[in-house]
Amino acid sequence: MKAHRRQPLYLAFLLHRVSGLGLALFLPFHFYVLGLALNGEAALDRALDWTTGPLFKLAESGLVLLLAVHLFGGLRLLALENLPWSDRQKNYAAIAVAASFFCACGFLLRAF
Amino acid sequence: MQDSIVNPIQVKVWRGNAGGGKFADFDVPPQPAQTVLDVVTWIQRNADASLSYRFACRVGMCGSCAMMVNGIPRWTCRTHVNKVLHDNRLTLEPLRNLPVIKDLACDMSGFFEKWKRAEGQFAGSASRHQPVATISPRESQRSAANAAIECINCAICYAACDVVAWNRGYLGPAALNRAWSLQNDVRDSRHSERLQAVASDGGCVQCHSQQGCTAHCPNELNPTASIAGLKRMASVDFMKKKYRQRYG
Amino acid sequence: MVELRLYLAQRISAAIMAPLVLLHIGVMIYAIQGGLSADEILGRTRGSLLWGGVYGIFVLAVAVHAAIGLRNILREWWSLRGLLLNTLSWVCAAGLLVMGLRAVAAVVGSA
Repeated sequence: MKAHRRQPLYLAFLLHRVSGLGLALFLPFHFYVLGLALNGEAALDRALDWTTGPLFKLAESGLVLLLAVHLFGGLRLLALENLPWSDRQKNYAAIAVAASFFCACGFLLRAF
Repeated sequence: MQDSIVNPIQVKVWRGNAGGGKFADFDVPPQPAQTVLDVVTWIQRNADASLSYRFACRVGMCGSCAMMVNGIPRWTCRTHVNKVLHDNRLTLEPLRNLPVIKDLACDMSGFFEKWKRAEGQFAGSASRHQPVATISPRESQRSAANAAIECINCAICYAACDVVAWNRGYLGPAALNRAWSLQNDVRDSRHSERLQAVASDGGCVQCHSQQGCTAHCPNELNPTASIAGLKRMASVDFMKKKYRQRYG
Repeated sequence: MVELRLYLAQRISAAIMAPLVLLHIGVMIYAIQGGLSADEILGRTRGSLLWGGVYGIFVLAVAVHAAIGLRNILREWWSLRGLLLNTLSWVCAAGLLVMGLRAVAAVVGSA
C-alpha cells in the first residue's frame, strides 16, 4: 500500500467502500433467492438446502460481518459529518470494527 | 567525490519534466542533525548542479520545500533524515497530484486556481472610516475560524488526498479549509456566494473523510473537520431553501 | 448541484436504513438458529403488511444508497464520467429496486 495511505482512517475508508461494494454485489443474488418463493415453498427450500453446509455458514457469517462493518462504519461517518468534531476518530473506527465482529460472532455461534 | 563517502545515504531523486522522467541515484554523506533539505542541497551543490528544487525560509514557515519523501508529503526543511531513513535509503519525488515543471519543482497554479474557485479570499464590507470590528477570540465562530487559519498553502494535504487524485474537479482540502475559516468570519460579506461555490459539484460533498490531509498537515490543521462543517452548512442551507420553495 | 443532492440522498437513505439494518441483523441471528427453512421464513412474512412495509422501505432506501455508492466507485476508481456514469448508476438503482420489490412481494404475497 502506498506510504501516504498507511494510516488507520484510510483503512476505515477502504473497509467501508469494500464492504459496500461486496454487499451491493451480493444483493441481486439475495433478492433472486428470496424471489424463488414466487415459484412455491419447495423452490425456496431447495435453495436454502445449500445453506446447511459449514462452508456456507462461514460465508453467511462473512456477509453478516460485511453488513455490520458497513453499518457501524456508516454510523461513524454520520456522526463525523453531523455532530461537533471529536478528536477520537481513530477510537470510533476501532469501536465500529469491534461491534461488527461482535455481531458476526453472534451469528456464527448461532449458525452452528 | 561520490566514491570516498563513508556509509553514504543512498538517495533516489526523480528527474524529469511534464513529459516524463526517471529516478537518478546519488550517494550523500551523512551529517549530524541533517534534514532532507540538507540532502537535496548537497546533491545540487556537489553532485549535479542541474537538479531543480524549491526552498525559501528553511525553517518551516513558508511551505516551499514540500515534496514526497519516501512516499509521504513533507516539508524537507523540517524532516530529519534519521527519522525517515529506511535501510539508509531515501526516495524523493515532486508533490503528488500536481503537474511537474522540472525535477522536484511542481506547478502550483492548479492548486491556487481551486483556491480561487472555492472563494478562498476574504471579502470585506467595511472601510477605513468604520471602527475596527470587535470580535472576541472566544466566540464560537471565531474559534472555528482560528482553528483553520494557519494554512500556508504548502499543498501537502492536496498531495496526500486520494479524492484529489481520483477526481480532477475536486477543490481539495486546503481550498475547502480556507473557505470554512472565511465562512466563520463574521466580517466577510460573501458567505452566500462562497457556500454556493463549495457546495457545487467538485466541492465539499466529494470528501470521503479519509483524513490523510489531517494526518499529514505539518501545521496540525484539520481540513476534514472543516469540510465536515461545510457539509453541514451546505445541507442546512439546501433544506432551508427547499422548505421555503415549498411553503413560502 | 447534482452532487449535493446525491450526497443528501445517500446520507438520508443511510439514516433510514440504520435501524432497519440493526433489525435485519437481529432477525438473521434469530432465524439462523436450527437452520433456515422456507416454512419458517414464509410463516413469518406471508400476508404481513408490517414485514412488507418495513422491508419495502428497506429496498427503496438500499436501491438509492447502493446506486450512489456504486456511482462513486465507478467515477473514482474506473474514471467513468457523464452519460455512461449516470446511465450505469440508474441501471443499478432500477435493478435493485425491481429485484428487491419482487423479493418482498414473493415472501409477503399469499401462496
